Amino acid sequence: MGKRGIETLVGTFVLLGALAIVFLALKAANLASFTTGGTYAVFARFDNIGGLKVRAPVKSAGVTVGRVASISLDLKTYQGLVTLELDQRFVFPKDTSAKILTAGLLGDQYIGLEPGGDDKNLASGDTIKMTQSAVVLENLIGQFLYNKAAESGDAKK
Amino acid sequence: MTLPEIPQRVGAVSLAVLRRLGHNATFFVELMQSLPAALRRFYLVTAQIHAIGNYSLVIIVASGMAVGFVLGLQGYYTLSRYGAAESLGLLVALSLVRELGPVVTALLYAGRAGTSLTAEIGLMKAGEQLAAMEMMAIDPRQRVLAPRFVGGIIAMPLLAAMFSAVGIFGGYVVGVLLIGIDAGQFWSQMQNGVDVFDDVGNGIVKSVVFGVACTFVALYQGYEAQATPDGVAQATTRTVVISSLAVLMLDFVLTALMFSSL
Repeated sequence: MGKRGIETLVGTFVLLGALAIVFLALKAANLASFTTGGTYAVFARFDNIGGLKVRAPVKSAGVTVGRVASISLDLKTYQGLVTLELDQRFVFPKDTSAKILTAGLLGDQYIGLEPGGDDKNLASGDTIKMTQSAVVLENLIGQFLYNKAAESGDAKK
Repeated sequence: MTLPEIPQRVGAVSLAVLRRLGHNATFFVELMQSLPAALRRFYLVTAQIHAIGNYSLVIIVASGMAVGFVLGLQGYYTLSRYGAAESLGLLVALSLVRELGPVVTALLYAGRAGTSLTAEIGLMKAGEQLAAMEMMAIDPRQRVLAPRFVGGIIAMPLLAAMFSAVGIFGGYVVGVLLIGIDAGQFWSQMQNGVDVFDDVGNGIVKSVVFGVACTFVALYQGYEAQATPDGVAQATTRTVVISSLAVLMLDFVLTALMFSSL
């Protein structure tokens, strides 16, 4: 086999390897869902972000419209400051509200956006004013027990 | 061994290990120094990719298919106990891309390509070809070792990616075609759960590291083999053992580095 033959075979080998990598990236992973357009950043402050993680999806009506870019603590108000990166194709009114919801019963948490009715839209750098924090299980249990105690107290009267 | 000889033996063995480690390190540095020369004569590297990569294709693809089949079967049995059989695609893909692809490919590579490298270089040494090269003022590191090193580093990630891809296909064949899981669920769960950079990217980084390790061990054992047929045979065995151990331990370190912060 001459030099040409070897080079052809090696080229085939490298091509097969590259195809395998491309297959893995496109068909087996989530490269195809990368936004080809740009994104714009919007901020939101929550009292408790619960189990929200960076790169969690931002959904509206169940459709993914963006990702959580970063999470930090706002030292002025001691609230969690979440930066959402929204796809430029989707614009929301200025009075959109953001909630932290859980996918399924025990799934990962994500941010759900509910659009309001304002004429003006959220621009890059704006802050979402109306937010609802994540449900904290301990507070829920405490609330339930308190209600139960109050009920039995009422019944005794 | 009498009692006073034991600390003596322990000391001697420790010093020998340290000396070996140092020799390995200097060999590695000299190999790095000869890399630019190998890149200049790329036709040598191409010939080595052919010898290492093309000839390993059969075993890698066949093993990948088999591992994919087994993952599909075992994954289905375990997941269906918890009613999560639709996540089979995700299980197969993550297992292959993160761990099994790089590691099993590296072990097979060490067995097939590593031993062939060691034997080739060991026989060159036994037949005094390396000494003859040095006589002609040709650096055997540049001509013989460095092209094989570069060829191995290029071939390994490609082989690992092919292993993972064929394995996913094997899991698809067993899970969807044979067992009857929904094809849409199979692929969509996989696409949602496997991240390009965190999973596929890290897997490729792992396979490059394993390629460096296995190829280096093979070249070192071949170059330092005793110049006898028996010496070459022992060097070949050592290549497989040391490469396999190195790959498995490196895998633990890399996994801890890459995936523990998720």
